[in-house]
Amino acid sequence: MTEATRDIPAAAAYVEVARARPRIKLGALARVWNLLSYSPIATVGAAIILFWCVCAIFAPWVAPYPPNKIDSALLAYPYPTSQHWLGVDHLGRDIASRLIWGARTVLIVAPIAVLTAAALGTFLGLLSGYRGGAADAVIMRVGDTLLAFPKIILYLIIIAKFGASAFNIVAVIGVTNAPIIARIVRAVTLDVKNRDYVAAARMRGESPLYIMLVEILPNARGPLIVDLFLRLGYTTIAIGVLGFLGVGLPPPDPDWGGMIKETYGMLFVWPHMTIIPSIAISSLVIGCNFLATGLRESSVDG
Amino acid sequence: MLRYTAKQLANMAITLFAVSFLVFALNELSPGDVARKLLGAYATQSQVDILYKEMGLDRPLIVRYLEYMGNALAGDFGQSLVFRRPVSELLFDRLGNTMILAAISFAVIVPLSMLLGVLAGMRERSLFDRAISVFSSICASIPEFAMGVFLLAIFVVWLGMLPGVSPLRADSGWAVWMQFVLPVLVVTFYDAGYLISMIRSSMVEVMRSAYIRTATLKGMSFRGVVAKHALRNALITPFTVILLQLNYLVSGLVVVETLFAYPGFGRLMLEAALSKDIAVIEAGTLVAVSVTMLTQLFGDLGYMLLDPRIRV
Repeated sequence: MTEATRDIPAAAAYVEVARARPRIKLGALARVWNLLSYSPIATVGAAIILFWCVCAIFAPWVAPYPPNKIDSALLAYPYPTSQHWLGVDHLGRDIASRLIWGARTVLIVAPIAVLTAAALGTFLGLLSGYRGGAADAVIMRVGDTLLAFPKIILYLIIIAKFGASAFNIVAVIGVTNAPIIARIVRAVTLDVKNRDYVAAARMRGESPLYIMLVEILPNARGPLIVDLFLRLGYTTIAIGVLGFLGVGLPPPDPDWGGMIKETYGMLFVWPHMTIIPSIAISSLVIGCNFLATGLRESSVDG
Repeated sequence: MLRYTAKQLANMAITLFAVSFLVFALNELSPGDVARKLLGAYATQSQVDILYKEMGLDRPLIVRYLEYMGNALAGDFGQSLVFRRPVSELLFDRLGNTMILAAISFAVIVPLSMLLGVLAGMRERSLFDRAISVFSSICASIPEFAMGVFLLAIFVVWLGMLPGVSPLRADSGWAVWMQFVLPVLVVTFYDAGYLISMIRSSMVEVMRSAYIRTATLKGMSFRGVVAKHALRNALITPFTVILLQLNYLVSGLVVVETLFAYPGFGRLMLEAALSKDIAVIEAGTLVAVSVTMLTQLFGDLGYMLLDPRIRV
């Protein structure tokens, strides 16, 4: 069965295993530098992500005002001024401060959701690829069923049922993305599990867990990292969509999607209140996708 | 191929049952909600209890599920609690509207992304390729609601050229066809961005292959190589992906429909989920899942027809 609508073709297209390239050991920093100087698109992506990370980490010091401070006197002139660089929103709250604090929310929730999906998917993928048989059949069947649901509708049903909280959002995104990651890992596992070094490890008497994690998993590192960044972008969109539809993280704490929803009706009067958060969320997703594209290009051509 | 189709259809039936049961069970975790919802906050507990019994909600889950599925197979999906209409009628209306939007968008997206994807992939790393790659990557990265906000700000607020809402009624001051322009544009940008990059990478792969090099070396013109050898092969791989966009266009338009107040299937599902309108959620999910699985089946079958090397 084929991938769900928006899932990266990549899974099938560039699962390349164990390239026979002489590996030069570089320090982590040097490797990152190599990649960035090789691919301008990755550099742009990394810069955007870094910018929002800095905002998120240093929010209490960078943000000029408290994010939830209401000052309705400012509504006389809510547009960008020298005091409020990006203007204020419909309740007179400083938009720049809310964006900066909102970056914190999305950059905590999205990576945790993606990592949850990655951990779950990797485990299930290794298990079904390595064990095969009934475990494989059951895991893949359940995954297919999950992927047959249109994601957005699944999110709606579950969030509407169990309420909108950061935990529920992480859980639902983690579970729905896991099957796709499981497929990637499974494909790699099937490819390498009969290689000599895996047989050697088995001969040495290593435990299956050790073989799966230490011998097999590192082969999936390349495609997994690319996929994680793409998924980070889509998760940012998903969190934004939930916020926009009114089932996102609960107010008043700033959430980019929620900011757009709250001010959307005032687009005719005060367009900047809606446009600025829209740009913020788009930029973060663009950053993730650029970085993923750059990483993929460098791993395919390198 | 016949056997394959039969097997896939059987698979589909099983999945549909699993999905329907899951949704049913999920929604029934707190069945008391329904009676309370119907009667409102001021009804006494005993009134709620009476209705609860009347609706048969005190029977075990599995009995109610079987009864529901029995009715559903006969075409009766129950009554919508919020809209107070039979669910099948409601779904039919909304799906019709969504289908129109989906059909127009599909008719725009597919030729556009084929054209741009092939042109970009034809000469890898050319300036045009770079430009298209960056453009499509950006389009696919901008969430639909953000894209909607940008387009609304430009075409509605600033230029005043297009309507900002699409309730599909002629009395709203704008011609009905104009109400389609913005929703279709938003969907096109978001979805074409993704499709273009898919088609491009398939084209790039084909252009790198040995038979293309042979054709070039034997002196064939570049135009001939692309038109005669590359095109057909480059479009086989994305075929399934193109078809899968139908899923997104039928059941993924929640955001676009909400943005433009378009009376479609996606918005119906949002309203149903928010107001816990179980009958609508259940039937809508079944529709959405069957659409997904049917397009997958058609995708696989079409793929086999296009590429004779693939056999089951």
